[in-house]
Amino acid sequence: MALQDVCGLHNSPLFPQWSAPLSRSFMPENSTHLSGGGIHGEAFSTRLPGRGGLSPLEFYMPIAEYLTESPINFGQTSLTSAPTKLLEIDHLHPSLPSISLPPPTPFPVSPSVPLPFTLSHGTTTLGFAFQGGVIAAADTRSSCSGLVACPASPKVLPIHSHLVGTTSGTSADCALWKRILARELRLYQLRHHRRLSTGGAAKLLSHMLHPFKGTELCVAATLCGWDGDDEKHEQPITEKHANTPTNQMTASNSIVRSRSRICGPRVIYVCSDGLRLQGELFSVGSGSPYAYSILDSSVYWGMSVQEATEVAREAVYRATYRDAYSGNNVDLYHVTAKGWRRRERENLKEEYYREKERERRVIAY
Amino acid sequence: MEYLIGIQGPDFVLVAADNVAASSIIQMKHDYDKMFKLSEKILLLCVGEAGDTVQFAEYIQKNVQLYKMRNGYELSPAAAANFTRKNLADYLRSRTPYHVNLLLAGYDETDGPGLYYMDYLSALAKAPFAAHGYGAFLTLSILDRYYRPDLTREEAVDLLKKCLEELNKRFIMNLPSFTVRLIDKDGIHDMEKLPHVSFPSPPQTSD
Repeated sequence: MALQDVCGLHNSPLFPQWSAPLSRSFMPENSTHLSGGGIHGEAFSTRLPGRGGLSPLEFYMPIAEYLTESPINFGQTSLTSAPTKLLEIDHLHPSLPSISLPPPTPFPVSPSVPLPFTLSHGTTTLGFAFQGGVIAAADTRSSCSGLVACPASPKVLPIHSHLVGTTSGTSADCALWKRILARELRLYQLRHHRRLSTGGAAKLLSHMLHPFKGTELCVAATLCGWDGDDEKHEQPITEKHANTPTNQMTASNSIVRSRSRICGPRVIYVCSDGLRLQGELFSVGSGSPYAYSILDSSVYWGMSVQEATEVAREAVYRATYRDAYSGNNVDLYHVTAKGWRRRERENLKEEYYREKERERRVIAY
Repeated sequence: MEYLIGIQGPDFVLVAADNVAASSIIQMKHDYDKMFKLSEKILLLCVGEAGDTVQFAEYIQKNVQLYKMRNGYELSPAAAANFTRKNLADYLRSRTPYHVNLLLAGYDETDGPGLYYMDYLSALAKAPFAAHGYGAFLTLSILDRYYRPDLTREEAVDLLKKCLEELNKRFIMNLPSFTVRLIDKDGIHDMEKLPHVSFPSPPQTSD
């Protein structure tokens, strides 16, 4: 089709490459391959832009085969009469150093091993924006089917100085993807001399997760951040935003209610099935309905930092009270123009007993 | 659970979409805009599976804009609709099909207004009126009964309101508000969100 040729849209490649520059190919001379240890090399190929970058944004892209293999099979040699998948990988990525493989072991490995236990994605996380910045809060219970695997896991992970992300879903996936996102944001910052906005970070994460749609990857994150200007770099004020306060790292209470496009608090929900929503209040996880009911009635834009902390803590507490998969402690982060600040982790058991004591006293009188 | 509707008049197209972004039983957003502006006079309304909608619609949006940058003139609505359909069809039998239902509405200088209905199997049909979602079952017969090719703008808005009233009455889901836009030779106009308006409002030029 003429239109396709003009747009450079070729017949759909085997896997959609969102950031693919038109000249995308696996040319060894263009790519600097970071060869890690191990027999399988790296699970991705990174391209360091030698000459000003081939495309506007280069980021992590997964290798095709790893999307179709079950994660349990990762790293196992499969017994087949056909040539092993490892050799196919070599063929598709000539940038990989040629490695000599041991002959496939004659173990009877079934092609797709089911997961040994059902994973439940239980958690309560929330994030909301108000005049004083952004509050991100979460419980700390990592559950695995009916077992509490870890009572003190951090579910709010800082990504950079002005961005934290709450995680929900599979803990390992969330931790990994947060690190990948942090790396890509840092690379962006180094290349372009400014921090990527929260919306940009959300879009980046969403596009990086898109190839894994349909697999068992499960990440539901709320990115809570403050978009502002770096100290060294002043953004030019366009006419549209001439009346909004920009490029000032002022105290948070001078931010106007009408959201400026350039700087201010941001909360964006990103999900591994592709949903990406910007808003003012999100709660994610199995305990989210309980948290929503507390937050919807109490959160308003003009609340103070003290109030906001109280409400967030209360919401997580109520959710842990009702939801079996949320519990233990509550982590709370507050993001302002100056960066994020972490409130000390609080054990909700104390709060539970305090409430029981209050009730007991009320009944007694 | 999502709803799209489009009505074509003699020199305009009226489109509306609900504003709810839901995730299982929770309404995550009440003011979500499901319309994507492809060009000055073309809107793409997109519903379907959670991530596919935005990914596919933005892909089409950026490619249409790229065409304009490369060639200096914009794609016509018919061309954009066929381009969209071709992409849907190409991905349909790949490993990653897009499960999206679309309405494409646009105004062309030579051909006039056009409304194109596309579904996730990449069927394409140019229609005088169309709707997507469970709400379509309830509202298509209203459109069948009252639609005329020479509707005025006010009459089209009235017809739209009839449909939304029916949804409020009989549809099991609560869809509190709808974004309404009108496309004519002057471009895309935002109209007041329904159903808060109690009398028909003339289109306000905002672009």
